[in-house]
Amino acid sequence: MSITKEKDLSQIVETAVNRHGTHGDALIPILLEINEEYGHIPASALQDVSGKLHAGENGTVVSEGQLFSLASFYHMLSTKQRGEHVVQFCESAPCHVQGGRELRQAIQEYLGLAAGETSPDGKWTLVTTSCIGLCGVGPVIIIDEELYGNVTPEQLPDIFARYE
Amino acid sequence: MSFYRSHILVSVDPECLQRGAHAVLDALSDELVNQGLISEVQVLETSRIGDPAKHGPDIIVYPEGAHYINLSPEDIPLLVEEHFLKGRVVEKFLLQEKNIVDEELGPPKPKEVRVILRNCGKIDPHNIEEYIAEDGYQALAIALTEMVPWDVIDEVLNSGLRGRGGAGFPAARKWQLCRNVDDSPKYLTCNADEGDPGAFMNRRVLESDPHSVIEGMIIGAYAIGASYGYIYCRAEYPIAVRNLNIAIQQAREFGFLGENIFGTGFSFDLEVRMGAGAFVCGEETALIASIEGKRGEPRPRPPFPAVSGVWGKPTNNNNVETYAVVPQIILNGASWYAGMGTETSKGTKTFAVAGDVVHTGLIEVPLGITLRELIFDVGGGIKDGKEFKAVQIGGPMGGCLTAEHLDYKIDYESLIAAGAMMGSGGIIIMDEDTCMVDIARYFMDFTQDESCGKCTPCRIGTRRILEILERICEGKGEPDDIEKLEHLCREVQKNSLCGLGQGAPNPVISTLKLFRHEYEAHIFDKRCPAKVCRSLIDFEINAEVCTGCTVCARNCPVEAIEGERRQVHTIDADTCIRCGICAQVCNFNAVEVKS
Repeated sequence: MSITKEKDLSQIVETAVNRHGTHGDALIPILLEINEEYGHIPASALQDVSGKLHAGENGTVVSEGQLFSLASFYHMLSTKQRGEHVVQFCESAPCHVQGGRELRQAIQEYLGLAAGETSPDGKWTLVTTSCIGLCGVGPVIIIDEELYGNVTPEQLPDIFARYE
Repeated sequence: MSFYRSHILVSVDPECLQRGAHAVLDALSDELVNQGLISEVQVLETSRIGDPAKHGPDIIVYPEGAHYINLSPEDIPLLVEEHFLKGRVVEKFLLQEKNIVDEELGPPKPKEVRVILRNCGKIDPHNIEEYIAEDGYQALAIALTEMVPWDVIDEVLNSGLRGRGGAGFPAARKWQLCRNVDDSPKYLTCNADEGDPGAFMNRRVLESDPHSVIEGMIIGAYAIGASYGYIYCRAEYPIAVRNLNIAIQQAREFGFLGENIFGTGFSFDLEVRMGAGAFVCGEETALIASIEGKRGEPRPRPPFPAVSGVWGKPTNNNNVETYAVVPQIILNGASWYAGMGTETSKGTKTFAVAGDVVHTGLIEVPLGITLRELIFDVGGGIKDGKEFKAVQIGGPMGGCLTAEHLDYKIDYESLIAAGAMMGSGGIIIMDEDTCMVDIARYFMDFTQDESCGKCTPCRIGTRRILEILERICEGKGEPDDIEKLEHLCREVQKNSLCGLGQGAPNPVISTLKLFRHEYEAHIFDKRCPAKVCRSLIDFEINAEVCTGCTVCARNCPVEAIEGERRQVHTIDADTCIRCGICAQVCNFNAVEVKS
């Protein structure tokens, strides 16, 4: 989920549409790929996808609005610009009862962010994630694509320092 | 199938990958080629084998069972030369502590019976031949060549298999309904959108034994007359998606998927569809909408998916575990399966056990096991010698059971009667230090966040319930809050469109029933009996134990602690933010929590 601004957005959209096709059931795979490659899905990308699907063979008519309704429905898709590093905090119950409650508080205080917020300098975005199934090593956080298990508040400065 | 004298299992669980398991894997393959050993030693990828946070990347070498840990590519030449060329175990990489093999899925614990998990960790999920060697795809051959579709349905019906997704509807009855609909094409979907917090049984089966699910789906498709299938897998499980795709490709190459399977004229193929993070997509009509590329919002039933599902065509939807067990039923017979379990709940069920119990992780037990056996025999009892308080079963739509339910049987009917439900199999065991109001608040936070927003009772009702619970936890509860909660819960339960909304109030209803006194303590006494809710507790320093070492004062983020060196320290309750750091850093356990 790292931001690769260098990559050309329209190139990303084109690759995604070519890979998944222009049928209606390709919409979510296309949006997932754009989100992963670009970090989020800007309005211009929605417009681009809409146009490309319409023009495709057996093309599908999907308005930007319909695409936005999809992108805003699914948690893993973001229509807002995200920070350089995205910290995902697992808010599921097993993590919660294994020290996740304290950890969440500590992360929010450390970054000065509430869940869903991005820091003013664009460095960090803090989001919550649903269970990722690694409950054996809870509490779990994910920074960009790296997983950290059995995290305690004391470890946070060391963990975050790796991204400074 | 080739034979090897040694097998190397390389853990490629997400944490090991992050720590460089891929580089180790590549280095191993390269070095085995260099040493001319590649035809004698097989390298396999497997799920977690140890504690990846401490030991990854790690490998296990069989037949010796040597567990080598913290490997880097530079270690590999020495390891290969010593172990495989010279036959000497390399002590310096060896895990010294024994007994840990697989934290998620260790050796079977007392009273465990493994049917669905039988191959997990034992076979290479990337090699279809290993699955075939464990009788894989034999059931498919029997079904397609010796049975007509109705025979398959009858066999599954007689086994008593009930849908493992949570509701427990008899699997074969669903199949009958779909078979009887006069429309084509028909579709088969597999619900692998395992979203219940703490439930990761399906992840493990998909990662470690994907062919069992695929084989079960092909047999199901044959029984129903379906020609195409979708496995809807949540995007949070990238390894499961990858292993499924590899397995599907291999099944196609072997002719188990595609046109004219086994020359019988039956054709079926399937693909994996990824979710994008929406819990509600585990509901079958929402899942179907999401497969079609729409918002995953449920719709009223009827029409049921058996009549109108994917693309408006008859569709049968079952859970991962339901499909995975079908080949075993065909192979071993309905009476074998029906021989396990209780009168109405047959067979085995996997559970993901989490929380304050000695052995957390995956287990598989015959239904009808008691809660006591599950916690104390299989789970090894409560951690740190604490008291058992409650178990939350059935996921966010489930309920709690307490010490008084310890001798209840775990089956579909008993759990419902006790105010909980089977759900998909997540079990969270809680000790005496757990605040039940906080747990109810937690689950409500989850469901109101995951409410898709389509119907009003769920969208607004869950939010209002959460607000009341939040204020109770903050010590701002009002005298009639309990009545308000009960009223709201009833309305949301009765009037919501789908299972998510109808089940959402369950954790509140269940904790209100069993732990009403905790709610009352929060509301009337402004006290949290478990000392968890931060607004209702105070940290105090025990003057008799405090040595005046100043550690707490130096670590306090808000300078709320005063005291001279070697003098008793005190905490200013007004400044204190109840972060608990002082209690964690105190070497003398002098910081006490009061409520």
